[in-house]
Amino acid sequence: MSAFLEFDQVSHAYSQQTVVDTMSFTLVEGEIGCLLGSSGCGKTTVLRCLAGFEPIRAGSIRLAGQTLSLPGHQVPAHARQIGMVFQDYALFPHLTVGDNVAFGLRRWSRAERLRRVASLLDLVGLAGLARSYPHELSGGQQQRVALARALAPRPRLLLLDEPFSNLDVDLRSRLSAEVRAILKQENTTAILVTHDQHEAFAMADRVGVMQAGRLLQWAAPYTLYHQPASRFVADFIGQGVFLPGVVTGPACIETEIGEFCGAVPVPFDVGQRVEVLLRPDDVQHDDASSRKAVVESKVFRGSEFHYTLALPSGRRVLAEVPSHHDHPVGEPIGIRLEMDHLIAFPAH
Amino acid sequence: MNYNWDWGVFFKSTGVGQEIYLDWFVSGLGWTIAVALVAWIIALILGAVLGVMRTVPNRLVAGIATAYVELFRNVPLLVQLFIWYFLVPDYLPEGLQTWFKQDLSPATSAYVSVVVCLGLFTAARVCEQVRTGIQALPRGQAYAGLAVGFNLVQVYRHVLLPQAFRIIIPPLTSEFLNVFKNSSVASLIGLMELLAQTRQTAEFSANIFEAFTLATLIYFVLNMSLMVFMGWVERRVRVPGLMVGGK
Repeated sequence: MSAFLEFDQVSHAYSQQTVVDTMSFTLVEGEIGCLLGSSGCGKTTVLRCLAGFEPIRAGSIRLAGQTLSLPGHQVPAHARQIGMVFQDYALFPHLTVGDNVAFGLRRWSRAERLRRVASLLDLVGLAGLARSYPHELSGGQQQRVALARALAPRPRLLLLDEPFSNLDVDLRSRLSAEVRAILKQENTTAILVTHDQHEAFAMADRVGVMQAGRLLQWAAPYTLYHQPASRFVADFIGQGVFLPGVVTGPACIETEIGEFCGAVPVPFDVGQRVEVLLRPDDVQHDDASSRKAVVESKVFRGSEFHYTLALPSGRRVLAEVPSHHDHPVGEPIGIRLEMDHLIAFPAH
Repeated sequence: MNYNWDWGVFFKSTGVGQEIYLDWFVSGLGWTIAVALVAWIIALILGAVLGVMRTVPNRLVAGIATAYVELFRNVPLLVQLFIWYFLVPDYLPEGLQTWFKQDLSPATSAYVSVVVCLGLFTAARVCEQVRTGIQALPRGQAYAGLAVGFNLVQVYRHVLLPQAFRIIIPPLTSEFLNVFKNSSVASLIGLMELLAQTRQTAEFSANIFEAFTLATLIYFVLNMSLMVFMGWVERRVRVPGLMVGGK
């Protein structure tokens, strides 16, 4: 499978401020990519470069073999066939829902246009609302109209800029699953930008973590979570704590909770001091274990408890424990590590 | 104050042909409307073009429009009128100059001058309103238009201007009324519009108070009708929720 979208060594700067720094990634046709990062990391600027709203300083952007952007040259935004869904939806308030969706279809015949609008409104679950105006719809409905409008001209690439950030949590998770299904159904290649990793994981085939204009890692969500390439990514993705340890063998590290050997060798010398990443799901509750940690605080999540446990050294680890194991704060409980492979970084 | 009000004066003969004074007011009102409407059309078209120019991402184009606005807003209307009427004709090409000075009747050449003057003057003010209307729209609107494949001209035509004009109807209304009021400067270059006819009535009949009272009433009723009309237009094209946007 060859790359459909090639974002190659791209840099962008607003006057002197570098916002995107030699960033590269590729996407296969039909895949959904996601740029994840806190606000100000440059992820939205990447979208704007892709859309053609911003020129690039270095590198190149290619889509389906066509060069879209080079320094000093760019295909204008309207000629790119790249659709975009905006954070505030940017629906046209003076047009009906139907006209909003039909907006990009002016070259289509009337019959085809009506058919396309009807099928899209059906797809996003808004059949029958074609004659309403945007202000008459709820936030979630407006979001769907924005998606339908962007999909209508069959864009080669769809960009979604924090598309769910204005919605409440329930709707957000439901809609992100729905949107993924819709994109897959239309076989649309898409790039999503978000600061919400649940959203990223739920929607994307490939996720990139950005920090200060750089792409730290571009990988499948599973890889990102279980094999973070750097300490920053490990810290940023999911929850977890770092526990100091010493390498005792090719795949073994000794920590204060005991020695643990993973299935995959760690790239460190024996005797080196490292920090091991412990995810909440790595720490198991085990009454039989002689390793004890004191419950410091707990959060009830329904199906599980989220415990913060204090080790004898005073360091804290997090543990996800099925919710029938209800222990009061202050009680020591037995714990055990349960990991496939170790994730460790040199101690600093 | 011993003043004998005589409201019957308007139906008295002016001594000029068969005309009564009321005829002068009717004729004057006709010229006022003819000046204001044509000047307003010029102002609206030119102002929209200039307003768009001020918002496009091109320094030269935006700069030209800005210079226009500064020039026409900062010179008094009366000065501009005298320039258009007394100065500009002398610098016209030969053919146009003869046409303006000899072929046109004095009333028509005054009319042309005042319409051009008022149209260009008001265009600068309309321009500023169109610009603020466009700038009040969220930036995403233009991007959304571009992203579905519209070029910049189409984005202005179908996305930005339809919304901007809806937003600026209230300030445009007051500009529209201003054109009618400002048209009274035409009396200073001899165009017999409403104010000139009022003064002439006052001089001929010596019923100054009646003449100016009637003129005031006519201007008032005219402008009130325009306000009601524009209010109706505003309600007709209103898009609920549009005014609350803006980012």
